[in-house]
Amino acid sequence: MTETLLGFWLALPSWLQILLANLVKIVIIVLPVVLAVAYLTYAERKIIGYMQVRVGPNRVGPRGWLQPIMDAVKLMFKEIIVPTNANRFLFIGAPILAFAPAMVAWAVIPFSDTLWLTNIDAGLLFILALTSMGVYGVIIAGWASNSKYAFLGSLRSAAQIVAYEIAMGFALVGVLMAAGSLNLREIALAQAGGAHHWYILPLFPLFLVYFISGVAETNRAPFDVAEGESEIVAGFHVEYSGMAFALFFLGEYANMILIGALAAVMFLGGWTTPFTPAVVASLPWLGDGIHWFLIKVSFLMFCFLWFRATFPRYRYDQIMRLGWKVFIPVTLVWIVVIGVAKFLTPWGYLFH
Amino acid sequence: MLNNYVPILIFMAVALIMGVAMVVIGRVLGPHRPDTEKNSPYECGFEAFEDSRMKFDVRYYLVAILFIIFDLEIAFLFPWAVALSEVGMLGFVAMMLFLGILVVGFIYEWKKGALEWE
Repeated sequence: MTETLLGFWLALPSWLQILLANLVKIVIIVLPVVLAVAYLTYAERKIIGYMQVRVGPNRVGPRGWLQPIMDAVKLMFKEIIVPTNANRFLFIGAPILAFAPAMVAWAVIPFSDTLWLTNIDAGLLFILALTSMGVYGVIIAGWASNSKYAFLGSLRSAAQIVAYEIAMGFALVGVLMAAGSLNLREIALAQAGGAHHWYILPLFPLFLVYFISGVAETNRAPFDVAEGESEIVAGFHVEYSGMAFALFFLGEYANMILIGALAAVMFLGGWTTPFTPAVVASLPWLGDGIHWFLIKVSFLMFCFLWFRATFPRYRYDQIMRLGWKVFIPVTLVWIVVIGVAKFLTPWGYLFH
Repeated sequence: MLNNYVPILIFMAVALIMGVAMVVIGRVLGPHRPDTEKNSPYECGFEAFEDSRMKFDVRYYLVAILFIIFDLEIAFLFPWAVALSEVGMLGFVAMMLFLGILVVGFIYEWKKGALEWE
């Protein structure tokens, strides 16, 4: 049986072998990401529920475990309404454009030392390029809907995403200066050897800027004026329903997890253990592994939800002021500090 | 070398197909009963007053221009940061001068009020 299968496999042309092998790997990455998105929505409702002293969803399945599955099923059976004045093609294309980059970015994330779809040298540049694509989905959705709320919401979102992307980019430059590589696996490996090697320590201001920008970039509370329910209802996706809406939702949450995964890789050492090699030598089960990556990402995701439960929404002018007048100067100064420390002072080793 | 990018191409195709497939699934499984009221743009229950493609604040345009400038700056900083140990003192001073010029521009924008939203 296995021999016939193996014979069949070897008889395939090599391009088909590559295609099939990659398809299998992609499914192995996409399925957990989609499941994580589904259960992040569940976790969000549960955690915010408990933070507000209520129970959260608890009807569908034991303790509400099946809630996200049923949400997906419900959305599948809803009508996709296309408003009369909308540009049909752009209206349907926008959610796909918002969803696809949020998925493709996972191609270069190193889950552990050996577990990644592809290990390209320009990994971080690729991620930056793909996350920039997200803003097109927002703008096109707002424009194509031909609705005032959607239009205003998309303008606000676009300006906000674009403003925070700059701060985010500058924060990444700081990481690059420390790591000397765009390859995400090498960035994580440069922080191996215990928590005191993690870049969060020398680059703490950049970590804060990166993470808060990530919250703003994904239009999450407290920076969610774009979908401020009380003023412009749901922002750019007000006209969307059914699976078209689900795509925006999936994209937004996949982007959230992506921000968390990137923060874990760039500032918290990715899959590397927080313990020093001496400790790991005596207790081998504390060594590197994908579980550390998952723990770090889960913690950062919890912070996202915690922010939402804790902070009141920012005003739009406050958001813009924070992005342009606080984050960009802070990151610029820190880049100069790293450079000066490396070239003009003996303390350059602190930033390695 | 370029072989590493093949999985990404395949992934892009898969993601696009997934997106299209989900819209198609929604269209096939969901009902499709359009009527004029349902398909009119949402405006809190009112008839739409006018076309929604209206004039908007010039500041959004300004933000877009500033974004292009700063994003270009980041694009220049990326290779420099990666090659920091190789470019040496000359590269460091050159980039600091470049950043300095941009910071002068940034201060000008700030003083001119291009970053004000009230």
